[in-house]
Amino acid sequence: MSLYLLYTLIPLVWLVISATKTQPDLLSTPGLSFGGVFALFDNIRQTFTYDNGVFLRWLGNTLLYVVVGAGGATILATAAGYGLAKYRFRGRQAVFAVVLGAIAVPATALAVPTFLLFSRLGLTDTPLAVIIPSLISPFGLYLIWVYATDAIPDEMMEAARIDGAGEIRIFLAVTLRQLVPGIVTVALFAVVSTWNNYFLPLIMLSDPNWFPLTVGLNQWSAQAIGAGAQPIYHLVITGSLLTIIPLVIAFLFLQRFWQSGLTAGSVKQ
Amino acid sequence: MTSTANPPSPRASRAHTQRHHRRGWLFVAPFAVVFALTFLAPLVYAFGLSLFRDQAFFGGTVFVGLGNYTQALGDAKFWEAFLRVLLFLAVQVPIMLLLALVAAFAIDSARLHAAGFFRIVIFLPYAVPGVVAVLMWGFIYGDHFGLAADLNHLLGRDVVEPLSGNWALTSIGNIVTWEFVGYNMLIFYSALKVVPPDQIEAAAIDGAGALRTIVSVKLPAVRGAIVVATIFSIIGSFQLFNEPNILRVLVPNVITTNYTPNMYAYYLSFSGQQYNYSATVAIVMGVITAVIAYAVQLRGKRKEM
Repeated sequence: MSLYLLYTLIPLVWLVISATKTQPDLLSTPGLSFGGVFALFDNIRQTFTYDNGVFLRWLGNTLLYVVVGAGGATILATAAGYGLAKYRFRGRQAVFAVVLGAIAVPATALAVPTFLLFSRLGLTDTPLAVIIPSLISPFGLYLIWVYATDAIPDEMMEAARIDGAGEIRIFLAVTLRQLVPGIVTVALFAVVSTWNNYFLPLIMLSDPNWFPLTVGLNQWSAQAIGAGAQPIYHLVITGSLLTIIPLVIAFLFLQRFWQSGLTAGSVKQ
Repeated sequence: MTSTANPPSPRASRAHTQRHHRRGWLFVAPFAVVFALTFLAPLVYAFGLSLFRDQAFFGGTVFVGLGNYTQALGDAKFWEAFLRVLLFLAVQVPIMLLLALVAAFAIDSARLHAAGFFRIVIFLPYAVPGVVAVLMWGFIYGDHFGLAADLNHLLGRDVVEPLSGNWALTSIGNIVTWEFVGYNMLIFYSALKVVPPDQIEAAAIDGAGALRTIVSVKLPAVRGAIVVATIFSIIGSFQLFNEPNILRVLVPNVITTNYTPNMYAYYLSFSGQQYNYSATVAIVMGVITAVIAYAVQLRGKRKEM
């Protein structure tokens, strides 16, 4: 067990240590020891200022995609999962079957056709090309569906109806609160998948000004190779570290919430 | 206020049925619309594309029916890529899931100190973007300043060459394992938490040891989770792209443009302008993946009975 812990941690430790080294020290000192100069803060400053501060622009893009894409995905999945769990309506089985089928269709198999379709619609190379596909989370819908079936008693909704509340009001004022652990879980996983998304923006975007951090970092890395290249390994490494930190913090802070949301979700399996 | 609520009478619920139809769709419709645009439309569009072929010399496209599909079935490049991910799937997925299962049991058994700490640390790589994970491991594998280089330096000669032709696939498997053991462990762990404690107590009273309890009480409880994790892993293996494609920058001769079926489809589209054939390859892979995922699900269900 401890051995596995080491295996998990060594690459991350290597990343943290490497982020404190200058470019020459990276090449001349062993991976798991510190370099001659502690250059972390200088590296961070360089990362943010290199190439007219394009890293900051990528960070902003990533935040935009996460807030609109993952936020929207959470809202759509919550409403639809709740609707499927608490209402009996025609076509309900069909919706469920299609969505579960969609989980099995590899997202990347769809990516190239989606690109071609979006390019017809004139959406490629715009933020919308990344945001719209991020809005759908079949797994999120499934999680909320299972969670809502468990967490919301029908009697509670009936009581609110007798009091004269409309369905939307019941959803917003009465039942939404019960769903919070489920929603946090779905939101967190949607944030991770949008923050980490690489393939979709890679094919949809060609203008570096719209890149998220993932595509941008890989471009920096690729730029270091080839004839006449200007290696900026230290910036790739420091940028990588800066990309990880927000997610790790989110997971640590929301730990209790998302783990209880997952456990409730597995009851029905 | 809520105390006045009685169970709804049959008549009242019939009156609600109509409303249910409308209101139910009200909640589901926004999802359904975006879903149609991002899942169904590309699917239909891809199928349409796969029935045509570019006329390189005359311009325009011609209808070829299933011609692209017969081409794919006889395409050595496609099968090479397919067999590679199949090998990857057969070796990497069992290792990853077994590690995840062992970790979940170890943490659940509560004999481990600081189980919460272990859980979050093992899960940590999942929060690392795939691109960053690959860049990081790429550096570590690299002969410039990675840990592999340190090791070789220590040994005095090049013993460890993670990115050579013989080892590249294993090295990719290592990255994927590192990324996803924690995620799968969490799926198993949340299934284990649902096992009623009195069942485990009963087993203990009956004289079952730790191993016996795992085999006869806990393992059946996580069977459903194992099926789900297996299906996700199969899908993941078949759509392998990020890891080999990013490592390709370092070793373009070892990792070819048809290293995985997904890379093949990508390069057909974006470097070869063969959109119709690329859509065909994507569909063939989608169908194979869906069929295998479905078969695993059926087998998993039958075992439960």
